[in-house]
Amino acid sequence: MESTSNRSQRPPKILITKIGLDGHDRGSRVIATQLRDAGMEVVYTGPWQEILAVVKLALEEDVDVIGISALATDHLLVPKLMDALRSADLAHVRVVVGGIVPPEDESALLMAGVSKVFHPGSSRDEIVSDMNRLASEARSR
Amino acid sequence: MNQEPMQLPLPGFENARATWQRDYSKHIADDHAIRNRSGIQVNALYTPHDWDSERYMDDLGFPGQLPMTRGIYTTMHRGRPWSQRQLIGLGTPEDYNRRLKSIFKAGASAISLIPCNSVYRGYDMDEVDPLLLGTCGTIVNSVEDMDIFLRDIPIDQISAAQNDPLPFTLLAFVLAVAKRRGIPWEKVTGTSNQSDYISHFVANHMFFRIALPGSRRVLTDHIEFTNKHVPGWNPVSVVGQHMQQAGATPAEAMAFTLCTALQYAEDCMARGMAPDTFLPRFTFFFDISVSFFEEIAKLRAGRRVWSRVTRQRLAAKDPRSWRFKFHAQTSGVDLTRQQPLNNIARVTLQAMAGLFGGLQSLHTDAFDEVFSTPTEEAARVAVSTQNILRHEAHLADVIDPLGGSYYVETLTNEMEQQVETTMAKIDDAGGMYKAVESGLVQTMIGESALAFQRQVDSGEQKIIGVNAYQVEETPSHHAPLKRPDPAVTATQLSRFKAFKQSRNQARIRAALDTLASAANSENENIFARVVEAADVGVTHGEIVACLRREMGVGQPLVVA
Repeated sequence: MESTSNRSQRPPKILITKIGLDGHDRGSRVIATQLRDAGMEVVYTGPWQEILAVVKLALEEDVDVIGISALATDHLLVPKLMDALRSADLAHVRVVVGGIVPPEDESALLMAGVSKVFHPGSSRDEIVSDMNRLASEARSR
Repeated sequence: MNQEPMQLPLPGFENARATWQRDYSKHIADDHAIRNRSGIQVNALYTPHDWDSERYMDDLGFPGQLPMTRGIYTTMHRGRPWSQRQLIGLGTPEDYNRRLKSIFKAGASAISLIPCNSVYRGYDMDEVDPLLLGTCGTIVNSVEDMDIFLRDIPIDQISAAQNDPLPFTLLAFVLAVAKRRGIPWEKVTGTSNQSDYISHFVANHMFFRIALPGSRRVLTDHIEFTNKHVPGWNPVSVVGQHMQQAGATPAEAMAFTLCTALQYAEDCMARGMAPDTFLPRFTFFFDISVSFFEEIAKLRAGRRVWSRVTRQRLAAKDPRSWRFKFHAQTSGVDLTRQQPLNNIARVTLQAMAGLFGGLQSLHTDAFDEVFSTPTEEAARVAVSTQNILRHEAHLADVIDPLGGSYYVETLTNEMEQQVETTMAKIDDAGGMYKAVESGLVQTMIGESALAFQRQVDSGEQKIIGVNAYQVEETPSHHAPLKRPDPAVTATQLSRFKAFKQSRNQARIRAALDTLASAANSENENIFARVVEAADVGVTHGEIVACLRREMGVGQPLVVA
């Protein structure tokens, strides 16, 4: 683990990934590139990650924010990810979901501890500024 | 275009043109270059200076005749309306069967089954998190499930497309059901959508995959088998849609699709099949974006290129081999969550572009697909859109109505040039299979996706409600989607488990052993063994697991 002072100096570190069954990856790839362009450190994985593999990666890479791209109902698994993060003592890590999330599911995700749900049409500037804010929140805990 | 100005034998043309050019420049001092999504510069005006009807026979000809620009059939939509092929897939086989009957009543004439993502990933319902079951498509794991889907549906009278990636278990289940009902396989018609494994490796990581060489073999086996035993079936649908949805420009998507089709044809020919025995059953599937004229030109250009490469590169002699038959789907990428009813306008425009592009079959997206799998009301609007275009707007009355438009013809020629340039790049890389193995195609698509996103972010490409004309909205007028009732899914799960228990286990094992040995043989037809296995009750997940084990798993070829 890095010391707190080192952590606060480095750029935000973001894990962009997909869990569940779907593999549409255009969104996750574009977001990963845009966050990198905005100066963040991005860990990118292909689709179909197991929840425990995501938790392990988040721990090993010491990420501040996990971005889950979900276009075909895989967001339903995110509450399980939140539980797994808490069990692994990673409750400080912020989780955001981007993609196709019906309104009635959004509130359930927020209740489960997800920090933010990005919908189609979210602008790059909005995403970058939210990621910066969430990363500093994650570090201040 | 940078060609020398032609001297046209039209009295007064040159003078009038010069005057217009002068006046135009006066009125628009800072006219900026406009480019379409494929990067082609679009002018303010097109005249016989750009395209002249002296080129008519070279560029257009007549419908059903070379170079096929005006359409692949003599009568086109006037003689035979396009198929309204709506994708449906929700919940259990019973749900699906009920929705199927309802959309037939609304005017759909053919179906396209979307299975649950668990099926796409190669799993049976007892192998995945129950939370995800049936949320995105229909759960079909066995011949029993297929039998329920198709209850009271005359499978010898409808065209039933299956979204059925290799090893094509859904078709195997359909054939098993046909056998049970005494329907000869010759009467089974439809298409194996999602048979295009190359597009899956490149652009749509939705599907499980057998390693690339194994995928190549199973597809060729499938083409060979259906060619012999299910002659009314289209074993291949080459999917430009995935490429374009993943970010390829319309011209790139067309080029990649044509190169993929050439690859599959060459693979069949390498096995000794004559081109005219299988090419007439090749079909294509395209995305139609809202870039209206560009899409029309893309489809017209593609038709012309296919009629040329089938003759020149594959030496096909049968005119049916030259026909570029395609299904098209309005692009979901263009739809917005903001002001969702605007999507009806977008879908209408996309559908019109597809019709003017001469499609054979059309899926119109429901306006609420940005939220979830369509609700019944939105699905009905989507079908009605097609009926309005046909019956009220009379868009099916005239063949290729934009043919001869100076703009459309010039753009068709320019799109054709772009398509050929990209095809030459793929040829230089050794053909589509190699260009995908090396990641070249993935890189090109990634770059185009990012370039488009940057145009949206900068506001250069306006999207109404997203980066222009935004309004404050209450979160949604969207009716909550009915997810499958967990109790119903649980019932289906226990029925599935009981089905598996009830089978003759010795026969199941024998069928899987035969399949495994076919996979390891040099020249046995693997798909023939899949069909036999499905018939004795082997499930989707068991077939896939066997082939995955014997032939290796295809890892996503991600270039990030």
